[in-house]
Amino acid sequence: MSDTLTLLHDGRSDEITLADLARPTIPADALEETLCWDLQPEGLCRGVVCVPVDQSALVRDDALDLGVLADALQRPLVTDQKHAVASMGASHHDRGQALASLQAPDFTLPDLDGNLHSLSDQRGKKVLLVAYASW
Amino acid sequence: MTVAIDRSAADARPWIELATPSHPSLIDTEHLLPDLYGIINVPTVIWIDEDGRIARPNDVSFGSNKLKVMTGIDSEAHLKRLRAWVRGDGPAMTPSEVRAHQELPTAEEQEARAEFTLAWWLSQEGHAGDAERHFVRAGDLAPHDLTIRRGSMPIRGLNPMGFAFLKLALKSALKRKSLYLYRPLKDSV
Repeated sequence: MSDTLTLLHDGRSDEITLADLARPTIPADALEETLCWDLQPEGLCRGVVCVPVDQSALVRDDALDLGVLADALQRPLVTDQKHAVASMGASHHDRGQALASLQAPDFTLPDLDGNLHSLSDQRGKKVLLVAYASW
Repeated sequence: MTVAIDRSAADARPWIELATPSHPSLIDTEHLLPDLYGIINVPTVIWIDEDGRIARPNDVSFGSNKLKVMTGIDSEAHLKRLRAWVRGDGPAMTPSEVRAHQELPTAEEQEARAEFTLAWWLSQEGHAGDAERHFVRAGDLAPHDLTIRRGSMPIRGLNPMGFAFLKLALKSALKRKSLYLYRPLKDSV
């Protein structure tokens, strides 16, 4: 019997078929297709970056343990079993490293009319970035 | 660039229409900017130079002194520095000064953001009751993160200007022994 898990990550959501909601694993092919990481003998790899991982803990019955995967990537993983949804946040290490590089992280967001704007559109100008809210 | 960290464009619309901005005025319903920049309250201002590099990290600044009695922050000091930098009459920070003043996100803050994302998704899917425990856990993980704790109030049917907020503000004041909710840049000059 299989169930479907909604995985919220990197600003998107993916439906992943899995065997056991209590201890979620994701199909090995979902690793590359969904999360853009590749399992190699040296660890989890993306481009030139490889992260060590205990493969005996990660691989279970041709699937990958989502909790072990998130731990290896230092990404927080929180779940709601009732609704079969999990949220994998960004690693504090990655976010911290990006900010410490002083290169302002690029983003693309809509205006009131739904037109998309990116920070990088403003390259060549000084930018005052202001986060505010109606609340 | 201004970015409204709000649950919908409709919530931000009255403010944007009143201001009629000529700059890009954007809406961030998914808290992307707080995640990328480690933003824990609003308003947060960040200076970015012509090469896309952070010239002054997260700080609290207001456009006027209307709220000074509540915030303890004088808007003029920042506006004066900002004008000088834009005109080329004054410096931004050096890279090492920026680094020294940055507060980088912690594992707990990132887990709180993951919980917020989960809660917000559940809420949008019509499971407000089940979303609530994830909003609460997000707040417990990062009690100082008002972007989550106060920012989630409109989603949860709580009044961000009402009792729930006053309770939050009072608890925070007692804990930090300060009346103010904001954390301006350390050693701000």
